[in-house]
Amino acid sequence: MISELSELMEMIFPWNTNKNSREEAKRRLQLILAHDRANVNPMMINRMREEILAVVARYVEINKDEMEIALENSDRMTALIANLPIVKFKRVAGAEENSQPLPADINLDLT
Amino acid sequence: MSRIIVVTSGKGGVGKTTVTSNLGAALAQVGCTVALIDADFGLRNLDLLLGLEERVVYTALDVLAGECRLAQALVKDKRLKGLVLLPAAQNRNKESVQPEQMKKITSALTKGYDYILIDSPAGIEMGFRNAIAAATESVIVTTPEVAAVRDADRVIGLLEAEGIHNIRLIINRVRPEMVQTNKMMSVEDVLELLAVPLVGVVPDDEKVIVATNKGEPLVIAEDYSLPALSFTNIARRLQGEKVPFLDLMAEQNNILTRIRRIFGG
Repeated sequence: MISELSELMEMIFPWNTNKNSREEAKRRLQLILAHDRANVNPMMINRMREEILAVVARYVEINKDEMEIALENSDRMTALIANLPIVKFKRVAGAEENSQPLPADINLDLT
Repeated sequence: MSRIIVVTSGKGGVGKTTVTSNLGAALAQVGCTVALIDADFGLRNLDLLLGLEERVVYTALDVLAGECRLAQALVKDKRLKGLVLLPAAQNRNKESVQPEQMKKITSALTKGYDYILIDSPAGIEMGFRNAIAAATESVIVTTPEVAAVRDADRVIGLLEAEGIHNIRLIINRVRPEMVQTNKMMSVEDVLELLAVPLVGVVPDDEKVIVATNKGEPLVIAEDYSLPALSFTNIARRLQGEKVPFLDLMAEQNNILTRIRRIFGG
Protein backbone atom coordinates (compact mmCIF):
# COMPACT_ATOMS: atom_id res chain seq x y z
CA MET A 1 0.00 0.00 0.00
CA ILE A 2 2.70 2.40 1.04
CA SER A 3 4.78 1.55 -1.98
CA GLU A 4 1.80 2.12 -4.24
CA LEU A 5 1.17 5.45 -2.64
CA SER A 6 4.77 6.52 -3.04
CA GLU A 7 4.66 5.40 -6.65
CA LEU A 8 1.60 7.56 -7.21
CA MET A 9 3.30 10.50 -5.53
CA GLU A 10 6.29 9.93 -7.74
CA MET A 11 4.10 10.04 -10.83
CA ILE A 12 2.44 13.26 -9.74
CA PHE A 13 5.64 14.90 -8.54
CA PRO A 14 8.36 13.57 -10.80
CA TRP A 15 10.90 15.99 -9.32
CA ASN A 16 10.64 14.11 -6.04
CA THR A 17 12.83 11.44 -7.54
CA ASN A 18 16.20 13.16 -7.55
CA LYS A 19 17.80 11.01 -10.14
CA ASN A 20 16.47 11.22 -13.61
CA SER A 21 17.47 7.90 -15.10
CA ARG A 22 16.37 8.96 -18.57
CA GLU A 23 19.00 11.71 -18.65
CA GLU A 24 21.52 9.35 -17.14
CA ALA A 25 20.94 6.77 -19.87
CA LYS A 26 21.32 9.40 -22.53
CA ARG A 27 24.47 10.88 -21.05
CA ARG A 28 26.11 7.48 -20.66
CA LEU A 29 25.19 6.49 -24.21
CA GLN A 30 26.52 9.73 -25.67
CA LEU A 31 29.89 8.96 -24.17
CA ILE A 32 30.05 5.27 -24.97
CA LEU A 33 28.80 5.69 -28.56
CA ALA A 34 31.49 8.27 -29.21
CA HIS A 35 34.09 5.84 -27.94
CA ASP A 36 32.61 2.90 -29.84
CA ARG A 37 32.49 4.86 -33.07
CA ALA A 38 36.00 6.20 -32.72
CA ASN A 39 37.11 2.70 -31.84
CA VAL A 40 39.37 3.94 -29.06
CA ASN A 41 39.60 2.88 -25.47
CA PRO A 42 39.28 5.26 -22.52
CA MET A 43 42.96 4.73 -21.70
CA MET A 44 44.01 6.11 -25.04
CA ILE A 45 41.70 9.08 -24.60
CA ASN A 46 43.27 9.74 -21.20
CA ARG A 47 46.74 9.62 -22.65
CA MET A 48 45.73 11.97 -25.45
CA ARG A 49 44.18 14.31 -22.91
CA GLU A 50 47.41 14.42 -20.92
CA GLU A 51 49.52 15.05 -23.98
CA ILE A 52 47.27 17.84 -25.24
CA LEU A 53 47.36 19.42 -21.79
CA ALA A 54 51.13 19.21 -21.65
CA VAL A 55 51.42 21.06 -24.96
CA VAL A 56 48.88 23.71 -24.04
CA ALA A 57 50.46 24.18 -20.61
CA ARG A 58 53.68 25.34 -22.24
CA TYR A 59 51.94 28.47 -23.50
CA VAL A 60 49.01 29.17 -21.23
CA GLU A 61 47.92 28.39 -17.73
CA ILE A 62 44.57 26.60 -17.73
CA ASN A 63 41.98 26.03 -15.10
CA LYS A 64 42.22 22.29 -14.63
CA ASP A 65 39.06 22.07 -12.56
CA GLU A 66 36.84 23.45 -15.26
CA MET A 67 38.43 22.07 -18.38
CA GLU A 68 36.76 19.40 -20.49
CA ILE A 69 38.16 17.19 -23.19
CA ALA A 70 35.72 14.71 -24.63
CA LEU A 71 34.59 12.97 -27.76
CA GLU A 72 31.18 14.14 -28.84
CA ASN A 73 28.76 12.99 -31.46
CA SER A 74 26.37 14.74 -33.64
CA ASP A 75 24.74 13.34 -36.71
CA ARG A 76 27.02 10.30 -36.86
CA MET A 77 30.14 12.49 -36.84
CA THR A 78 32.54 12.31 -33.95
CA ALA A 79 34.48 15.35 -32.82
CA LEU A 80 37.08 15.92 -30.14
CA ILE A 81 35.78 18.85 -28.16
CA ALA A 82 38.19 20.59 -25.83
CA ASN A 83 37.14 23.38 -23.55
CA LEU A 84 40.19 24.73 -21.73
CA PRO A 85 39.50 27.88 -19.71
CA ILE A 86 42.64 30.01 -19.75
CA VAL A 87 43.70 31.55 -16.46
CA LYS A 88 46.52 33.59 -17.98
CA PHE A 89 48.90 33.61 -20.89
CA LYS A 90 52.42 32.79 -20.03
CA ARG A 91 55.18 35.13 -21.04
CA VAL A 92 57.36 32.66 -22.75
CA ALA A 93 60.87 33.62 -21.65
CA GLY A 94 62.92 34.89 -24.55
CA ALA A 95 60.03 34.69 -27.00
CA GLU A 96 61.42 37.53 -29.06
CA GLU A 97 64.90 36.14 -29.21
CA ASN A 98 63.37 32.94 -30.45
CA SER A 99 62.10 34.59 -33.57
CA GLN A 100 64.29 33.88 -36.54
CA PRO A 101 67.17 36.36 -36.76
CA LEU A 102 67.69 37.94 -40.16
CA PRO A 103 70.64 36.58 -42.04
CA ALA A 104 73.56 38.95 -41.81
CA ASP A 105 74.69 38.69 -45.41
CA ILE A 106 71.40 39.79 -46.95
CA ASN A 107 71.84 41.39 -50.36
CA LEU A 108 70.06 44.74 -50.71
CA ASP A 109 71.74 45.83 -53.86
CA LEU A 110 69.39 47.69 -56.24
CA THR A 111 71.40 47.11 -59.35
CA MET B 1 12.30 -3.98 -58.86
CA SER B 2 11.90 -5.90 -55.66
CA ARG B 3 13.29 -4.57 -52.42
CA ILE B 4 15.54 -6.60 -50.18
CA ILE B 5 15.36 -5.42 -46.58
CA VAL B 6 17.24 -6.95 -43.66
CA VAL B 7 15.68 -6.59 -40.21
CA THR B 8 18.46 -6.51 -37.65
CA SER B 9 19.36 -5.13 -34.22
CA GLY B 10 22.60 -6.42 -32.78
CA LYS B 11 21.04 -7.16 -29.43
CA GLY B 12 18.71 -10.13 -29.08
CA GLY B 13 15.18 -9.98 -27.76
CA VAL B 14 14.31 -6.49 -28.97
CA GLY B 15 11.63 -7.67 -31.39
CA LYS B 16 13.27 -8.39 -34.76
CA THR B 17 11.14 -11.43 -35.49
CA THR B 18 7.94 -9.73 -34.33
CA VAL B 19 8.74 -6.80 -36.60
CA THR B 20 9.54 -9.05 -39.57
CA SER B 21 6.34 -11.09 -39.24
CA ASN B 22 4.11 -8.06 -38.80
CA LEU B 23 5.72 -6.00 -41.56
CA GLY B 24 5.46 -8.98 -43.89
CA ALA B 25 1.80 -9.43 -43.06
CA ALA B 26 1.05 -5.70 -43.30
CA LEU B 27 2.74 -5.43 -46.71
CA ALA B 28 0.81 -8.48 -47.95
CA GLN B 29 -2.40 -6.87 -46.70
CA VAL B 30 -1.89 -3.88 -48.95
CA GLY B 31 -1.40 -6.17 -51.92
CA CYS B 32 2.36 -6.66 -52.12
CA THR B 33 3.96 -10.04 -52.64
CA VAL B 34 6.34 -10.74 -49.79
CA ALA B 35 8.91 -13.46 -49.12
CA LEU B 36 10.18 -13.67 -45.54
CA ILE B 37 13.55 -15.33 -45.04
CA ASP B 38 14.41 -16.65 -41.61
CA ALA B 39 18.18 -16.18 -41.49
CA ASP B 40 18.45 -17.36 -37.91
CA PHE B 41 19.85 -20.80 -38.66
CA GLY B 42 19.75 -23.05 -35.63
CA LEU B 43 17.36 -20.82 -33.69
CA ARG B 44 14.51 -20.27 -36.08
CA ASN B 45 11.38 -18.63 -34.74
CA LEU B 46 9.77 -16.76 -37.58
CA ASP B 47 7.69 -19.84 -38.47
CA LEU B 48 6.37 -19.90 -34.91
CA LEU B 49 5.36 -16.25 -34.80
CA LEU B 50 3.58 -16.64 -38.13
CA GLY B 51 1.82 -19.80 -36.94
CA LEU B 52 3.35 -21.77 -39.82
CA GLU B 53 5.56 -24.13 -37.81
CA GLU B 54 3.42 -27.20 -38.54
CA ARG B 55 3.71 -26.66 -42.23
CA VAL B 56 7.48 -26.41 -42.57
CA VAL B 57 8.73 -29.28 -44.73
CA TYR B 58 11.94 -28.08 -46.32
CA THR B 59 14.34 -25.32 -45.29
CA ALA B 60 16.72 -22.94 -47.01
CA LEU B 61 19.47 -25.47 -46.40
CA ASP B 62 17.59 -28.20 -48.29
CA VAL B 63 17.28 -25.81 -51.21
CA LEU B 64 21.02 -25.13 -51.12
CA ALA B 65 21.77 -28.85 -50.89
CA GLY B 66 19.63 -29.42 -53.96
CA GLU B 67 17.23 -31.64 -52.06
CA CYS B 68 14.22 -29.62 -53.10
CA ARG B 69 13.28 -26.77 -55.37
CA LEU B 70 13.04 -23.25 -53.94
CA ALA B 71 9.27 -23.17 -54.57
CA GLN B 72 8.82 -26.38 -52.56
CA ALA B 73 10.53 -24.91 -49.52
CA LEU B 74 8.36 -21.79 -49.45
CA VAL B 75 5.52 -22.04 -46.93
CA LYS B 76 2.47 -20.11 -48.12
CA ASP B 77 0.46 -18.22 -45.52
CA LYS B 78 -3.15 -19.24 -46.08
CA ARG B 79 -4.53 -16.18 -44.33
CA LEU B 80 -2.66 -13.70 -46.49
CA LYS B 81 -2.36 -13.95 -50.22
CA GLY B 82 1.15 -13.15 -51.42
CA LEU B 83 2.98 -13.94 -48.15
CA VAL B 84 5.47 -16.82 -48.05
CA LEU B 85 8.14 -17.95 -45.61
CA LEU B 86 11.47 -19.54 -46.37
CA PRO B 87 12.29 -21.33 -43.11
CA ALA B 88 15.77 -21.66 -41.66
CA ALA B 89 17.20 -25.05 -40.79
CA GLN B 90 16.83 -25.78 -37.11
CA ASN B 91 19.31 -28.65 -36.83
CA ARG B 92 22.32 -26.73 -38.12
CA ASN B 93 24.32 -23.79 -36.91
CA LYS B 94 24.92 -20.34 -38.32
CA GLU B 95 28.17 -21.39 -39.97
CA SER B 96 26.41 -23.85 -42.26
CA VAL B 97 25.55 -21.17 -44.81
CA GLN B 98 27.77 -18.75 -46.72
CA PRO B 99 26.97 -15.15 -47.69
CA GLU B 100 27.24 -16.14 -51.38
CA GLN B 101 24.57 -18.80 -50.94
CA MET B 102 22.23 -16.32 -49.26
CA LYS B 103 22.72 -13.97 -52.19
CA LYS B 104 21.82 -16.73 -54.62
CA ILE B 105 18.58 -17.62 -52.84
CA THR B 106 17.59 -13.98 -52.41
CA SER B 107 18.21 -13.10 -56.01
CA ALA B 108 16.08 -16.08 -57.09
CA LEU B 109 13.25 -14.79 -54.88
CA THR B 110 13.40 -11.29 -56.36
CA LYS B 111 11.95 -12.74 -59.55
CA GLY B 112 8.65 -13.51 -57.84
CA TYR B 113 8.24 -11.10 -54.94
CA ASP B 114 7.99 -7.34 -54.39
CA TYR B 115 9.60 -7.50 -50.97
CA ILE B 116 12.18 -9.85 -49.51
CA LEU B 117 12.38 -9.36 -45.74
CA ILE B 118 15.32 -11.06 -44.06
CA ASP B 119 15.03 -11.75 -40.33
CA SER B 120 18.59 -11.51 -39.03
CA PRO B 121 19.85 -13.39 -35.99
CA ALA B 122 21.17 -11.40 -33.02
CA GLY B 123 24.87 -10.67 -32.90
CA ILE B 124 27.35 -9.50 -35.50
CA GLU B 125 28.98 -12.79 -36.44
CA MET B 126 28.48 -15.19 -39.34
CA GLY B 127 24.67 -15.35 -39.07
CA PHE B 128 24.46 -11.57 -39.27
CA ARG B 129 26.93 -11.52 -42.17
CA ASN B 130 24.76 -14.00 -44.04
CA ALA B 131 21.59 -12.04 -43.32
CA ILE B 132 22.96 -8.73 -44.63
CA ALA B 133 24.85 -10.19 -47.61
CA ALA B 134 22.05 -9.74 -50.11
CA ALA B 135 20.27 -6.78 -48.55
CA THR B 136 20.15 -3.33 -50.12
CA GLU B 137 18.21 -1.71 -47.29
CA SER B 138 17.94 -2.24 -43.59
CA VAL B 139 15.44 -1.75 -40.81
CA ILE B 140 17.10 -1.52 -37.40
CA VAL B 141 15.00 -2.53 -34.42
CA THR B 142 15.89 -1.10 -31.04
CA THR B 143 14.25 -0.39 -27.71
CA PRO B 144 14.79 2.70 -25.52
CA GLU B 145 17.37 0.89 -23.38
CA VAL B 146 21.10 1.50 -23.15
CA ALA B 147 22.25 -1.94 -24.30
CA ALA B 148 19.87 -2.07 -27.26
CA VAL B 149 20.82 1.43 -28.41
CA ARG B 150 24.52 0.76 -28.12
CA ASP B 151 24.23 -2.46 -30.12
CA ALA B 152 22.05 -0.75 -32.71
CA ASP B 153 24.75 1.88 -33.18
CA ARG B 154 27.37 -0.79 -33.69
CA VAL B 155 25.23 -2.56 -36.28
CA ILE B 156 24.52 0.71 -38.11
CA GLY B 157 28.28 1.21 -38.38
CA LEU B 158 28.77 -2.30 -39.75
CA LEU B 159 25.96 -1.90 -42.30
CA GLU B 160 27.41 1.38 -43.53
CA ALA B 161 30.81 -0.26 -43.85
CA GLU B 162 29.16 -2.92 -46.03
CA GLY B 163 27.71 -0.26 -48.29
CA ILE B 164 24.13 -0.49 -47.00
CA HIS B 165 23.22 3.16 -46.54
CA ASN B 166 19.46 2.95 -46.72
CA ILE B 167 19.00 2.39 -42.97
CA ARG B 168 15.86 3.18 -41.04
CA LEU B 169 14.99 2.82 -37.40
CA ILE B 170 12.09 1.22 -35.55
CA ILE B 171 11.91 2.02 -31.85
CA ASN B 172 10.06 -0.83 -30.21
CA ARG B 173 8.53 -1.26 -26.75
CA VAL B 174 8.15 2.40 -25.95
CA ARG B 175 6.35 3.02 -22.66
CA PRO B 176 4.97 6.57 -22.75
CA GLU B 177 4.17 6.62 -19.04
CA MET B 178 7.82 5.89 -18.25
CA VAL B 179 9.04 8.54 -20.68
CA GLN B 180 6.67 11.00 -19.04
CA THR B 181 8.21 10.37 -15.62
CA ASN B 182 11.76 10.47 -17.02
CA LYS B 183 12.36 6.80 -16.42
CA MET B 184 12.83 5.91 -20.07
CA MET B 185 14.52 7.58 -23.01
CA SER B 186 12.10 9.15 -25.44
CA VAL B 187 11.91 8.53 -29.20
CA GLU B 188 13.67 11.88 -29.68
CA ASP B 189 16.45 10.89 -27.29
CA VAL B 190 17.15 7.68 -29.20
CA LEU B 191 16.98 9.44 -32.57
CA GLU B 192 19.43 12.07 -31.39
CA LEU B 193 21.86 9.35 -30.30
CA LEU B 194 21.62 7.10 -33.35
CA ALA B 195 21.04 9.77 -36.01
CA VAL B 196 19.32 7.55 -38.56
CA PRO B 197 15.86 8.27 -39.98
CA LEU B 198 12.87 6.91 -38.08
CA VAL B 199 10.41 4.61 -39.85
CA GLY B 200 8.25 3.67 -36.89
CA VAL B 201 7.54 3.68 -33.17
CA VAL B 202 5.85 0.67 -31.59
CA PRO B 203 4.38 0.95 -28.09
CA ASP B 204 4.97 -1.76 -25.53
CA ASP B 205 1.74 -3.74 -25.40
CA GLU B 206 0.75 -7.09 -23.95
CA LYS B 207 -1.23 -7.77 -27.12
CA VAL B 208 2.09 -8.41 -28.83
CA ILE B 209 2.67 -11.41 -26.58
CA VAL B 210 -0.92 -12.60 -26.97
CA ALA B 211 -0.47 -12.50 -30.74
CA THR B 212 2.72 -14.56 -30.57
CA ASN B 213 0.94 -17.07 -28.33
CA LYS B 214 -1.57 -17.58 -31.12
CA GLY B 215 0.93 -17.49 -33.97
CA GLU B 216 -1.02 -14.71 -35.59
CA PRO B 217 0.59 -11.41 -36.63
CA LEU B 218 -1.09 -8.50 -34.85
CA VAL B 219 -1.99 -6.79 -38.08
CA ILE B 220 -4.38 -9.58 -39.06
CA ALA B 221 -5.96 -9.89 -35.60
CA GLU B 222 -9.60 -8.90 -35.48
CA ASP B 223 -9.44 -6.56 -32.54
CA TYR B 224 -7.75 -3.27 -33.08
CA SER B 225 -4.51 -2.59 -31.27
CA LEU B 226 -2.10 0.30 -31.18
CA PRO B 227 0.96 -1.82 -32.10
CA ALA B 228 -0.93 -3.24 -35.10
CA LEU B 229 -1.60 0.28 -36.29
CA SER B 230 2.10 1.08 -35.82
CA PHE B 231 3.12 -1.87 -37.99
CA THR B 232 0.59 -1.01 -40.69
CA ASN B 233 1.92 2.55 -40.70
CA ILE B 234 5.51 1.32 -41.03
CA ALA B 235 4.49 -0.82 -44.02
CA ARG B 236 2.89 2.24 -45.62
CA ARG B 237 6.00 4.33 -44.99
CA LEU B 238 8.13 1.61 -46.59
CA GLN B 239 5.83 1.92 -49.57
CA GLY B 240 6.76 5.59 -49.78
CA GLU B 241 3.60 7.02 -48.25
CA LYS B 242 3.91 9.95 -45.85
CA VAL B 243 2.20 8.77 -42.69
CA PRO B 244 2.43 10.87 -39.53
CA PHE B 245 3.92 9.13 -36.49
CA LEU B 246 1.54 8.09 -33.73
CA ASP B 247 1.68 10.50 -30.85
CA LEU B 248 2.08 8.02 -28.03
CA MET B 249 2.61 10.79 -25.56
CA ALA B 250 -0.81 12.24 -26.33
CA GLU B 251 -2.45 9.34 -24.57
CA GLN B 252 -0.51 10.34 -21.49
CA ASN B 253 -2.23 13.69 -21.49
CA ASN B 254 -4.53 12.49 -18.80
CA ILE B 255 -5.56 13.54 -15.34
CA LEU B 256 -2.05 12.95 -14.00
CA THR B 257 -0.43 15.32 -16.43
CA ARG B 258 -3.02 17.90 -15.63
CA ILE B 259 -2.50 17.59 -11.88
CA ARG B 260 1.22 17.87 -12.47
CA ARG B 261 0.72 20.99 -14.49
CA ILE B 262 -1.28 22.57 -11.70
CA PHE B 263 1.68 21.99 -9.41
CA GLY B 264 4.02 23.42 -11.97
CA GLY B 265 5.73 20.14 -12.88
